[in-house]
Amino acid sequence: MSATVPVRLEVNGRAHQVDVEPRLLLVHLLRDRLGLTGTHVGCDTSNCGACTVHLDGDAVKSCTVLAAQADGCSVTTIEGMADGATLHPLQEAFWKDHGLQCGYCTPGMIMAAADLLARNPDPTEEEVRHGLEGNLCRCTGYHNIVRAVLDAAEGVRTGRIETPAPTAAGREAGEELAEEGLGA
Amino acid sequence: MSATEERVSGNGHVGRRMRRKEDPRLITGRATYVDDMNLLGQLWCAFVRSPEAHAKIVSIDKSGAEARDDVFAVYTGDDLDLASGLPMAWVPPGVEVQTPEHWPLARGEVKHVGDPVAMVVGEDRYAVIDAAEEVLVEYDPLPAVTDPHAALEDGAPLVHESLGTNKIHEWSLGGGDLDAGFAEADVTIERTVVNHRTHGGAIEPRAVLAEDRAGDLTVWSSTQVPHFLRLFLALILNVSEERIRVVAPEVGGGFGSKLQIYGEEVLCAWAARKLARPVKWVETRSESMMAQHHGRDQVATVRIGAKRDGTVTAFHTKIVADMGAYLMLLTPVIPSLGAFVMNGCYKFPAVQTDIVGVFTNKMATDAIRGAGRPEATHMIETCMDQLAAELGLDPLEVRRRNFIPAGEFPYTTALGIVYDSGNYQGTLDKLLEHLDVDAFRREQEELRAKGIHRGIGFSTYTEICGLAPSRVVGPAGVGLQTGLWESAMVRVHITGAVTVYTGTSPHGQGLETSFAQIVADRLGVDPEQVEVLHGDTSTGPQGLGTYGSRSLSVGGEAIARATEKVAAKARAIVAHSLEAAPEDIEVQDGKFIVKGSPDKGMTLAEVAGAAYIPGDQLPPDLEPGLEETAFYDPENFVFPFGAHAAIVDVDVETGKVKVVRYLAVDDCGPAINPMLIDGQLHGGIVHAIGQVLYEQVVYDDTGQLVTGTFVDYALPTAAEVPSFELDRTETPSPTNSLGVKGIGEAGTIGASAAVVNATVDALRPLGVTELQMPLSPMRVWQQIQEAQA
Repeated sequence: MSATVPVRLEVNGRAHQVDVEPRLLLVHLLRDRLGLTGTHVGCDTSNCGACTVHLDGDAVKSCTVLAAQADGCSVTTIEGMADGATLHPLQEAFWKDHGLQCGYCTPGMIMAAADLLARNPDPTEEEVRHGLEGNLCRCTGYHNIVRAVLDAAEGVRTGRIETPAPTAAGREAGEELAEEGLGA
Repeated sequence: MSATEERVSGNGHVGRRMRRKEDPRLITGRATYVDDMNLLGQLWCAFVRSPEAHAKIVSIDKSGAEARDDVFAVYTGDDLDLASGLPMAWVPPGVEVQTPEHWPLARGEVKHVGDPVAMVVGEDRYAVIDAAEEVLVEYDPLPAVTDPHAALEDGAPLVHESLGTNKIHEWSLGGGDLDAGFAEADVTIERTVVNHRTHGGAIEPRAVLAEDRAGDLTVWSSTQVPHFLRLFLALILNVSEERIRVVAPEVGGGFGSKLQIYGEEVLCAWAARKLARPVKWVETRSESMMAQHHGRDQVATVRIGAKRDGTVTAFHTKIVADMGAYLMLLTPVIPSLGAFVMNGCYKFPAVQTDIVGVFTNKMATDAIRGAGRPEATHMIETCMDQLAAELGLDPLEVRRRNFIPAGEFPYTTALGIVYDSGNYQGTLDKLLEHLDVDAFRREQEELRAKGIHRGIGFSTYTEICGLAPSRVVGPAGVGLQTGLWESAMVRVHITGAVTVYTGTSPHGQGLETSFAQIVADRLGVDPEQVEVLHGDTSTGPQGLGTYGSRSLSVGGEAIARATEKVAAKARAIVAHSLEAAPEDIEVQDGKFIVKGSPDKGMTLAEVAGAAYIPGDQLPPDLEPGLEETAFYDPENFVFPFGAHAAIVDVDVETGKVKVVRYLAVDDCGPAINPMLIDGQLHGGIVHAIGQVLYEQVVYDDTGQLVTGTFVDYALPTAAEVPSFELDRTETPSPTNSLGVKGIGEAGTIGASAAVVNATVDALRPLGVTELQMPLSPMRVWQQIQEAQA
């Protein structure tokens, strides 16, 4: 395929302009072109969720989004979750609660959990379990993942840690880009 | 119940729930898996795979693919100049194993869906997939056989015509007088136990990157066994072993599926040499479903003889093992691993296992988490319940009457296997401290009146792991063509920082942390100062990888021994410096001190300074430096054990089974890091629940793979499983100085029978007396209807 399309997007607060094959998946743009390899691919069918990122603040499976569709959008990946040396509350909780083993599903799991907590800051265990249904983990049996998400939620609620929604600024920047008329 | 209090000893790190050293890179997206690496000049490859279960290859037209500007090469089986095919490492003395040729690309015939036929090498990830579709293969289909029993019948289509049979081998292990055992039995029951085919399900698919620079070959692979891979690459490519470096960087789960020498690994290395360009391959999930080795797939006929009080007098199992189309690294030996623990936790006086391996037109089976022992345990523990029902006895009472008493260890089973240590009554008693069975039975009655069918099931298991004593499993013993020791090198740097090299190859187990805890206690440093390197054949001594719950009890013991050598030298230096006797030096509060004089001491950094800058402090008879290596070959296996209980609800209208509560008390000896033990059990139990309720690799009668993606092959999600209630007991193993046993597979080995037994318990009032996995809603519903009819 020779024809390419221009894509402008912001990823983790940084603006990018790239020419891509129309069929290029967002996950491959992030990984192969932008070098953000924290977002993983574990299946071909949008079942595993390892590729979950935030697109304009919402969790999406980046293996099911074309890079071109992200034109004018703001993307947050796992690399954008920590604030400098300060881990995101979910990252901290996954570490403390042993919510990961091989780590392959972890970035997607954290991004999905952040989306869940942004929508429901005070979930029950059952709500966490259903909220993470789109993300597969083979190592942990989910026990400690669920615990970590509940711990992070409690930390935010009790003011120990700040809101887990990471993309307010990014969203604003993405909307600005979109207003320039480059939206897909 | 809260799992396990902390039990801290030594310098204070062993026994602690220390959070993992691995995690910072993993939670920030900064870890490096194979697909996270790209090299300058790198090419990509894709494979053309057979859509047929069994066919002759009539012709392969590569011209369309070759004509593309973005394609560098297209290879077929005829193009390969390999010194040998893919390996199978088991040569059991006195047993003939029919072993067909197995080439990385098919030659002449394909034997299963997914069998690789051609390799396309080109410029990028997407282009090679396009190009692979332009390779035109003409097949002449042959009859396929997918049922192992049918495959053994006269006139069945032969998977390998040249072998003249689909029977791979017959192998038996027995001990005690089986005939006498059945003769003295008051009751004999016979059951069929099906253990269906599963997929490993590691979330990271396989990936390989190979580069050759002037004859020095480097292969990065998502593997559990980098040293084995280097060895076999050397043999297959006819390259001297020292010119090959294999790296297993971050590996996204294995569960046995990456304990293999895969054709794709060989082909990437071969093509990288041929083309003098780096070659990379990343598996799609669809490929992994058809071409990663599968697990289980056994049908067993189990006969138990017992006295009226439940005492078992004989236990005989005949296993037909569907091994698929080829024998891969360990394919035929897997059921034999189960045979070694066919005594379970019990004093069965006569035990016999007879195994028949069978070729079918499916992907090969091989080790998947537990590898033979989940199958054995499932047979034993479901049949103990069947026996109890037959005798009208409480299933736990039947188990108790057969348990090997805690006072009789080490215990030699009827099979001649020496169980190192155990306290089966102890784990069961502790389990029942957390679970009031009488109260459950009352609740069960009440719920049943409301139309809720709840059941409880138990499994008390022991398993054999810590692979392995080389003399037992090596060429002269079981017949594996390898040793199974492990190595370690401990290097104290001049600043007192420590680097540990291990021959194990962890891929999620947390061994960088638990190994650091072991070393830190012995050298008086913080685990943060102890770096653990693994998975790179160029960094340390020869090693054997991670599988068979061996990494702590074999690899960790090797580290403990190497560390002890370092500590001995450190004690000599400290004793010399402080004018004390070496035997009076001990580690306390981060220092080597003179016993009784805690103010007199040296830190490891001070010791290292004395070792690397020789002066008055280094005894004249000692070499400079502070670094030691150890190889450890265990004298025996280790035998973890436990008692599990599952509580399930069955929706009798739909047949849907849900695990609502799960409790387990396990014993893997003294904990190094209790948090990691719990994590291994959580994952292991869910792996088993997945097999019981959701997962099954299905081929249709023509050999087409029906479960080709994660849409059809259902791994459990968070919504399908409960939180777990875990506790532990600690019975040290006498096999190693740490007293530890493996825990990576124990959950999977113990759990499946508990869930099946619970489901039968729930449905017994409806007339259901036994169930085969997988307990899909349709199957459970049908069983209920049949029982009611």
